[in-house]
Amino acid sequence: MRQFLLFISIILVGVLFISRLFYLQVYSSNSDSLYDDNAIRKVWDYPKRGFVYDRNGELLVSNQPSYDVMVIPREVEPLDTLEFCNLLKIDKEKFITTYNKARRYSPRLSSVFVSHLSKSDYAVLQEKMRKFKGFYIQKRSLRHYETTIGANVLGDIGEVNNAIINRDDYYKMGDLIGKQGIEASYEETLRGVKGLKFIQKDRFNRDIGPYKDGEFDITPEQGKDIKITIDADLQAYGELLMQNKRGGVIAIEPSSGEILAMVAAPTYDPNILVGRNRSKNFTKLYNDSIAKPLFNRSLQGVYEPGSPFKLMNALIALQEGVVTPDETVTCYAGYKYGNRFMKCHCHSGTRNDMISGIQRSCNAYFATTYRKILDKNGNASAGIDTWSNHAKSFGLGEFLNNDLYVGQKGRIPDRAYYKHIYPNTFYSTYTISNAIGQGEVATTPIQLANMAAAIANRGHYFTPHIIKSIENETLPEQFTKPKITTIDKQNFEPVIKGMLQVYKQGTAASLQVKDIDICGKTGTVENFVKIDSVRTQLTDHSIFLAFAPKDNPKIAIAVFVENGYWGSRFAGRIASLMIEKHIKKEITRKDLEEWLLKHSLENEYAKPYSGESFRINGQTSLQIVDDQEYNRLKTELNKINKTAN
Amino acid sequence: MVRDTNRHFKFDWITIFLFFLLVGFGWLNILSASHTGVTLDYFDLSQPFGKQLIFIFLTFGLIILLLAIDAKFYERFSSLIYIISMLSLVGLFIFGKNVNGATSWYAIGGMTLQPSEFAKTATALAVAKYISDLNTNIKNFSDQIKTFAIIITPAFLVLLQNDTGSTIVYGAFFFVLYREGLPKYYLTLAVSVILLSILSLKFGAIITSIISIIVVISYHFLNKRKLRLYQLTLILIAALAVSFGVKFFYQSILQPHQQDRISLWLRLEKDPVKLQKMKQTFAYNLNESEKAISSGGLSGKGFMEGTRTTGKFVPEQHTDYIFSTVGEEWGFIGSSFVVIVFVLLLLRILHLAELQKSQFSRVYGYGVAAIVFIHFLINIGMVMGLIPTIGIPLPLFSYGGSGLWAFTILIFIFIKLDSNKINEW
Repeated sequence: MRQFLLFISIILVGVLFISRLFYLQVYSSNSDSLYDDNAIRKVWDYPKRGFVYDRNGELLVSNQPSYDVMVIPREVEPLDTLEFCNLLKIDKEKFITTYNKARRYSPRLSSVFVSHLSKSDYAVLQEKMRKFKGFYIQKRSLRHYETTIGANVLGDIGEVNNAIINRDDYYKMGDLIGKQGIEASYEETLRGVKGLKFIQKDRFNRDIGPYKDGEFDITPEQGKDIKITIDADLQAYGELLMQNKRGGVIAIEPSSGEILAMVAAPTYDPNILVGRNRSKNFTKLYNDSIAKPLFNRSLQGVYEPGSPFKLMNALIALQEGVVTPDETVTCYAGYKYGNRFMKCHCHSGTRNDMISGIQRSCNAYFATTYRKILDKNGNASAGIDTWSNHAKSFGLGEFLNNDLYVGQKGRIPDRAYYKHIYPNTFYSTYTISNAIGQGEVATTPIQLANMAAAIANRGHYFTPHIIKSIENETLPEQFTKPKITTIDKQNFEPVIKGMLQVYKQGTAASLQVKDIDICGKTGTVENFVKIDSVRTQLTDHSIFLAFAPKDNPKIAIAVFVENGYWGSRFAGRIASLMIEKHIKKEITRKDLEEWLLKHSLENEYAKPYSGESFRINGQTSLQIVDDQEYNRLKTELNKINKTAN
Repeated sequence: MVRDTNRHFKFDWITIFLFFLLVGFGWLNILSASHTGVTLDYFDLSQPFGKQLIFIFLTFGLIILLLAIDAKFYERFSSLIYIISMLSLVGLFIFGKNVNGATSWYAIGGMTLQPSEFAKTATALAVAKYISDLNTNIKNFSDQIKTFAIIITPAFLVLLQNDTGSTIVYGAFFFVLYREGLPKYYLTLAVSVILLSILSLKFGAIITSIISIIVVISYHFLNKRKLRLYQLTLILIAALAVSFGVKFFYQSILQPHQQDRISLWLRLEKDPVKLQKMKQTFAYNLNESEKAISSGGLSGKGFMEGTRTTGKFVPEQHTDYIFSTVGEEWGFIGSSFVVIVFVLLLLRILHLAELQKSQFSRVYGYGVAAIVFIHFLINIGMVMGLIPTIGIPLPLFSYGGSGLWAFTILIFIFIKLDSNKINEW
């Protein structure tokens, strides 16, 4: 028996070891998929983000390198935090909070520890990196704006937040994503698909080299370059003209629906949202709740359209056959309905047919016409639905469903809308303000510009869009197939004639441009604001809608200038200049240009916040910019003229 | 006369074959675990694999020398060898070089030599010599004490040099003595103490005491040979003493790092902060080693293809943790192969030992098998997380000249003795 003790022990231990090996290697083997192997560093291989060009091929957005310090919390070992913090130029508190945040996100996956190192910091840090286990440097690409314009068009990219990470598997902490503008709406096209590199490292966290010579690496799919419909020169010019004003300008090419310019004022230099100062600057912009530079007024600004909407009513009236172009309405310096009165600028006793009604923007003419539309069948309820459907066929009151990142529906009311206000009886006079584009009607500048394009096309429009072309891709049908309005082609001619008269003799007579037949319509809209819960009227908004030339139109435009007083004062001037710039490529109406650069509306915008009582409209005088500002604007103008040539 | 001409064929070629199989495969794994650059120079003496290759070549000379010496020399000079060996251990206290907290090396020129590796062989010779003496009867208490003294002397000396691992190896001689007639109650005692210690550390002294009372009393009633009352009482008191004493031993005698290792092994530590700290120190090695083995899967990642080995994730991988390289690169198939080769080698030596005519050769052979077995058990057990972390090398596999030579001497003396058994008449 005695000789068997060691014998049996040896056999037992052998069996035990093989069982244990079986358990470790076969039964519960974590046979190191490349992804779990902590000897292999997985580094995302970020593809080049696509470049953005304007419609003429001018480069607007490219990339620049940036270096991020990454952390894998599980692999971090006690380190000299003081030295590390000094190298990164952060304090210890920041170190701890960032570390904990990364740990909460995932101890196994890498997170950005400090983003966007400067080149010199990177050089110093790289030397010492091996001392800090669990940390490494990742090269990444940041946006580089070749221009200072178009912040609202181009948008910006920033780090993904947790909500996005939870929603979309593609994004990992620290990844960049388009936050606004085309960066957001064309995110997937521009970003490409990131690849993965496997790098063999040693236990001192040093990279030894590519794992198996990169055999398993996943190559990234490069982001695609895109060309947008914006004309950078026109955009820059529009932004210049809108300086010291607030509002939106949208110019569309009627024959294609391409957006030529999309100005939102005030705006900012897109370069301030790049790199380490991004969040600081973004917060500053975000917190400016008065000027709202991040609010894209040309897409999101919902305004009562005012007089330009009279064109819509004229078209509907013709289509419904309730008026003929030659039928006249006598204006008694206003329109009396019931015991109420709507004022008009016409001299009492003026007889207006449709063309002069548009030319003079006669309220009485359109109030009469509007009532005729609604009362056509003696039933205002059915009438307003018909009216509403016609207006909606121009893309009003609905989202445009295009490739812009933000948008608003605006509002075209129908009977259902009024149900809660007028549950039983409903007469056309109840909604008479709609006749002149006020009351319940509301549109965004882009919707109004689109309406102008539909009129210019005599009955159809292409959904306004910003994409001109994508590398190796065709545009979706949504942008290439025309949308037909409910108004017949022949009914546009009288209205267009009226719009031409606006320039020839009417409210925009002073804004004519030589050799271009511009069709337009001014708008002046009352607006109110609550100051200490008192409804207070502010200076009217200045609105203008136009297209040109009359035949074979090249540009349709809508301009909103907040508190610009009357239509042709600011908006009309800007529209004329933009049209001339687009068609002639140079400006002959230097007087208009000069006037716009010189005048500022900042004093108007300051009024509601002054805490004092103030005057509006005709009782105020315009603010002239100081010499320094004027010179600055002049310099910018020269720059634009130089690049245009 | 035929016998004389074929003299060299009497060496046990199976043992020799298994010996070189392990040494060769071991070297491949040392190469994998220690090569760094892209270019590979097998004789690069700045690298462990290069040095080990030289050690292996020198082994051939050593083997020829060992086999050339007359078999009687080992028996005759065993006492002298033992005394010299003990002196070399004592000398460490004066001339020793401290490496990793253990004063176990002599530095001679650029070389270091670890006398404790050779002391095992010397002790095996001395034990064999003493037990095979006609005047010695291991059943006698006084002879037992003298035998224990031979074993405990080197064990104690290496313990003083802070080389706990080597001390535990001397436990191997228990197998030898038991084979040669050490009374059975030593076995009962040893197994009981180990079991009681583990139980009382894991579940506390009170539960352990209750269990031992139940076991002893049921033994008393179920067994035909009834224990006397005083025996029963004595056994119970001893059991209770061990149950309660082990806590004291654990807390007051063991060093903190030893406590930690045991506490991790028995999963005693509940404090997450302390567990985290362990994970960053010695448990890190264990964890990385287990992960490396586990990552090998069924067939391994292939020779020189182990990512964790290439990345040097397991510290000390070319020495104590060499088996994790086998696990990662050769998988379940390769590591089982190594285990099987070791088992075969051990059984072969054991088998040969039993065949010896001379008691000296048999006891020595038993010692060889037991020493290699304890190394095998502790090293691979540790690397796979089966037993607490104890730093001793894997025989013939781990990097190190002293270790390789000491095992070569240990095994080849036996091969020589075995080859001589025909002349023992």
